[in-house]
Amino acid sequence: MKYLKTDDKKCKGCKICVETCSTLYFKENVSEKSRIVVERKKGSDYHLVACNQCGVCVSECPALALTVNKLGVVMLNARLCIGCLACVAVCPSGAMRYYQGALSPIKCIACGACAKNCPEGALEIFEEEK
Amino acid sequence: MGYDLDKIKAAHKVLKEYRYQLGKVDKGYTDRTLYVNVGQLCIEEKSVDPQMKKKFIGGKGYGLKLLWDAVKDNTRWDSPENEINIAAGPIAGNTNYPGSGKSIVVSISPLTNIPIDSNVGGYFGPYLKFAGFDAIEIQGKAERDVIVYIDGDTGFVQIIEAPLEAVDSHVVAEQLTEMFAKDENDRQHVAVVSAGQAAEHSYIGCLNFSFYDKRRKVARLKQAGRGGIGTVFRDKKIKALVVKFSSLKGDSNNPVDLKTIQKTGLKLHKEIIELDDQQCRMRKVGTAHLAEIMNEYDLLPTHNYKFGSHEMSREIASNVFYDRYLTKGLPDGCWFGCTMACAKTADNFELLTGPYKGHKVTVDGPEYETVGGCGSNLGIWDPQAILEINFYCDTYGVDTISFGTMTAFIMECWENGLLDKERTGGLDFSWGNTHDSLELLHQMARGEGFGLIAGKGIRQMKNYFEKEFGADRQFMDDIGMEAKGLEYSEYITKESLAMQGGYGLALKGPQHDEAWLIFMDMVNNQIPTFEDKAEALHYFPMFRTWFSLQGLCKLPWNDIEPANNAEQDEPAKVPEHVQNYVDIYNAITGEQIDKKELILQSERVYNFQKVFCLRLGYGERKHDAIPYRSVGPVTNEEYESRQERYDKQLKEKLNVDPNGLSTSEKVRILRAHREKEYSKLQDAAYLRRGWTKNGIPTVEHLNKIGMDLPQVLAVVQRKL
Repeated sequence: MKYLKTDDKKCKGCKICVETCSTLYFKENVSEKSRIVVERKKGSDYHLVACNQCGVCVSECPALALTVNKLGVVMLNARLCIGCLACVAVCPSGAMRYYQGALSPIKCIACGACAKNCPEGALEIFEEEK
Repeated sequence: MGYDLDKIKAAHKVLKEYRYQLGKVDKGYTDRTLYVNVGQLCIEEKSVDPQMKKKFIGGKGYGLKLLWDAVKDNTRWDSPENEINIAAGPIAGNTNYPGSGKSIVVSISPLTNIPIDSNVGGYFGPYLKFAGFDAIEIQGKAERDVIVYIDGDTGFVQIIEAPLEAVDSHVVAEQLTEMFAKDENDRQHVAVVSAGQAAEHSYIGCLNFSFYDKRRKVARLKQAGRGGIGTVFRDKKIKALVVKFSSLKGDSNNPVDLKTIQKTGLKLHKEIIELDDQQCRMRKVGTAHLAEIMNEYDLLPTHNYKFGSHEMSREIASNVFYDRYLTKGLPDGCWFGCTMACAKTADNFELLTGPYKGHKVTVDGPEYETVGGCGSNLGIWDPQAILEINFYCDTYGVDTISFGTMTAFIMECWENGLLDKERTGGLDFSWGNTHDSLELLHQMARGEGFGLIAGKGIRQMKNYFEKEFGADRQFMDDIGMEAKGLEYSEYITKESLAMQGGYGLALKGPQHDEAWLIFMDMVNNQIPTFEDKAEALHYFPMFRTWFSLQGLCKLPWNDIEPANNAEQDEPAKVPEHVQNYVDIYNAITGEQIDKKELILQSERVYNFQKVFCLRLGYGERKHDAIPYRSVGPVTNEEYESRQERYDKQLKEKLNVDPNGLSTSEKVRILRAHREKEYSKLQDAAYLRRGWTKNGIPTVEHLNKIGMDLPQVLAVVQRKL
């Protein structure tokens, strides 16, 4: 299984990952359009949210728009998606994201772009046997 | 499944084709309706004028308005001018808010001779809207079996002669889904409406509305169950309606404010996912969870509503279905985006009887009503049997509620010697006889034997048994659970005066969609006075019938509640959810209604429906009469089964000392009292509703609510 592994302790909250992701896929720096979320906790602690490919959303989708590919990554087919957002509601980690007015949600597909740019080494693409 | 699709298609003959401009949905509406006459082979578009939209909103409102304009004062269910009208509603078709995919079917019922409205899931209504039409009107009678096909991708409608398609729903829905889809992925874009063989030979026919399940790879079926619309369908020689629509998206309604719908829908999704397990367990077992709850409150109809519980009920509790039959963990909404997901199935279920014996099928169910009606009410405690009856009722196009309640009546007649093997043609109707109950159903499908008599429903059976066998009419009137000609749905109302009114005053007949007041009344004692009950009998029917204007399902309103609901004012109304509905209605249509206007929208159509009944010669106080079995114990056996309860009531409520009185005397005294109570309830409820003592809406009231159309006033003035 391939997924983005996050390390909250290393995160300094710079949000370069958020900018990288939303710019790559939407050509604009808007945190709602990023597939990775940087949440501020107490003091200077941060919590990173990105899909860990758990697959709970796959069995919730009425249109079979969510499937698991050969690498174990959960992919959303926007052509089949009918925008109900049930997957957003059922996601146990809040990693299925949507921005208001979007017809389909977005999720991390372990492309690695944010991991390459993280100055603190808090993000890493992992591949493991599942 | 053993059919040759190419051969079936080759036998088609297009009798009429109509091409139309596709257009776009604007704020939940297309502002046009489709008219199809299968007899005269006429297909037309009609535009919706602003007054119709304002007064009738959509769904049942549109269905009733179009039906009113189409029929005469003496139109019967089988007159060619009777229509089957199907409409979704402005909110229907959105994929965010759970329960947003309902269609409402309206027709004159063979059982009651007044309009019936039936709210049903599946994809037909929303797809019809997105194909271009807020409603479809079907009139006339075809010469030979036809299907009507609406292609919402290209923009044409066809009436097609279809001799080789099956009639039974589980087959014809599969045939037509496959026929009109280009490939597996395309099947979810096809929706079929069909009936079945038993609908041709009975008055209790239902319609099945399909939705294709990609995981189970099956066309699943939801039912427009009540009132015999399937019978009208087959009388018109229609085998199926098919609609195709391939481009559903989250904004297909072109809402004014998509963000609000998304936000509100997401809020409800989360509520359901978090709390359903502790509340109703709809996602696990669907409405079948009610069986054990009703049994606990002595409300589970048992042996023709004689009793409210039974020790054998544990055999048909929801955990039994869950453990042994139901497929688990799949998204079971009957419209996209419903996370309440209550539509369960038993898959690979092997049938033991009938023409499909040995086949492994998908059974859509069981709903609570089927467990109650075809299980406990008949003394059938076998979950396998309930599923088999469920399957055959569905595919044969018969209402499980009417079938159950009417078979319960037959069984009590049998128990009391009104029927014997000679009179039933060899069938034995002892309590719990699964085999012969199923055989009755198969006879209905074949159109033979006692099935032909029984299938006409309880009211016709009473006439027949009295005339042919000299059966005791008073007794049959007391135990035959029908009102207005429609069979009761599956709840014991003996101990709830409010619910006696909930059923008795319901416009279409005793269906619980208007009001379900049993807990408010009996358990929580929230409506103690007549005025309280009358207020509940105003608010809840008005609120609940709003769902049928909009194309919504009622379940997400109060079969899930916010965690803090109990702390709100009037928790039975689930105020936060009512506000959700106001918000999403405004967000789609751009209107700015509030909770009061919501009720007014519904009250207008409700009073229109009432006047429609009057127009056809019904709808007065006497038509709200109910059988005594729904009010109190008819027999000594019933009284003695709950003797402590009834003796206590005699003492405390009537100041009558039960000691020294025979059971028969006590039954008589209690009956006189309870019948008077129902009459007083009618007085209070009619007054609150703005009607006269005879149940006629006053001109003043119709003016006040804005349903003072000239044709409506003309009828009312004749009756006042």
